[in-house]
Amino acid sequence: MEIPKSFLGYKRENGRAGTRNHVIILPVDDISNACAEAVANNIKGTIALPHSYGRLQFGADLELHFRTMIGTGKNPNVAAVIVVGIEPKWTKRIVDAIATTGKPVEGFSIEGVGDIDTIAKVSKKAQEFSMWASEKQREECPMSDLWISVKCGESDTTSGLASNPTVGNLMDKLEPLGVHLCFGETSELTGAETVCEKRGKTPEAQAKFKKTWNDYNDFILKEATDDLSESQPTAGNIAGGLTTIEEKAFGNFQKIGGCQFIDVLEPAEEPTKGAGLYFMDTSSAAAECVTLQAAGGFNIHLFPTGQGNIIGNPIEPVIKLTANPLTAKTMSEHIDVDVSKILSREMNLSQAGDELIKSTLKVANGRLTCAEALGHKEFVMTKLYRSA
Amino acid sequence: MSNTDIIIHDEKDNVGVVVIEKINPHKDCNCWIMENDKSVSIQSKDEIPLGHKIAMVDLNEGDTILKYGHDIGKVVKSIKKGEHVHVHNVKTKKW
Repeated sequence: MEIPKSFLGYKRENGRAGTRNHVIILPVDDISNACAEAVANNIKGTIALPHSYGRLQFGADLELHFRTMIGTGKNPNVAAVIVVGIEPKWTKRIVDAIATTGKPVEGFSIEGVGDIDTIAKVSKKAQEFSMWASEKQREECPMSDLWISVKCGESDTTSGLASNPTVGNLMDKLEPLGVHLCFGETSELTGAETVCEKRGKTPEAQAKFKKTWNDYNDFILKEATDDLSESQPTAGNIAGGLTTIEEKAFGNFQKIGGCQFIDVLEPAEEPTKGAGLYFMDTSSAAAECVTLQAAGGFNIHLFPTGQGNIIGNPIEPVIKLTANPLTAKTMSEHIDVDVSKILSREMNLSQAGDELIKSTLKVANGRLTCAEALGHKEFVMTKLYRSA
Repeated sequence: MSNTDIIIHDEKDNVGVVVIEKINPHKDCNCWIMENDKSVSIQSKDEIPLGHKIAMVDLNEGDTILKYGHDIGKVVKSIKKGEHVHVHNVKTKKW
């Protein structure tokens, strides 16, 4: 198949392009959720991104909170942002960082005003932003404007046999076109960590990966009361035939095809070394991982599943594929791309990769994913440790 | 091409994955090795569902299970060729 050279995206002020055109109402903290949700109810064309944290965090955990908030606002799938927090200082820090993209952003704080007057003020600004964003048109953008993140979930052995290698095939075909790519899931590389480390393009990238995985493993060994056999693999993984974390890890690893990673990113960190594949240090919990990748600036997500994970994200469209013929049949409303014919050998990997490229472009051009049509908007902040 | 019942990732692997809805005991199964496009056959001993693994050789306690050509765990209860390989007879070497 000849790979298309472009897609139709929304060009942003900073040169990036979005596959979506969201106006978001972003609460800084848990207690500002109510205000943000009230505004999104008032003003059509806006979405609130409620979450559970943002108070009394400190150190690396607080920095990650800011990085996730700011990265979410900066994501090119977002046209304009309103930030609402209880206090002005943290709110302003997020607004100022998002403003560096050149997109419209305003902040409001609730203390000394109360919810009702804040909701009125924010609603007026949200209406202005929503109507402004509705005028934006899709334009032709080069393929290199696609930033594709990947993460698998509810995996089974069909993931490692077919759906993950399909994503790997897409990576092999799109990497030469200057696309940014990102995989994560530090914990689910356990068992394949030395093989993965060797995929680092430079000694620096390899060393950074090794340190990241070792730090994670030390943390698990410190916190685990017994072992992780209740969590890794999950009950769903085991039902699907996966026996050990090592088996799951080698299946997981198929998603990057033959690509080498050029750098290792902190959770929610934006890549800065140009096009190519990046590893991001993330949890393997689906919604946490995708939220971090979206905050890193990725604008379209590929999610292979075996037993049927149903995740979506509010700003980054999540395309789901499966090679499990039972899942494709029993959970069809969640599956964007069915590659189960690989198992019956009626389709080869390259044909499956081509199908996935076609579906990715349709979604990049505006087609709703199953998760979007079903209203999945999982926005889950990663918390590193307890608050002060 | 006959129907494929089992797919094996790598020629070095000592397990294969069932890719039909289930395999009944004493079935003569067609296996396809992805890495080199070769075919082999095996007779099953157990009922094995879709996605679960079958032992391609006899395996003793302490042996390493190879899949994708890599170590994915150790045998904790001996397994005969054609039997179901899963959490009842194989454990992780991690944690």
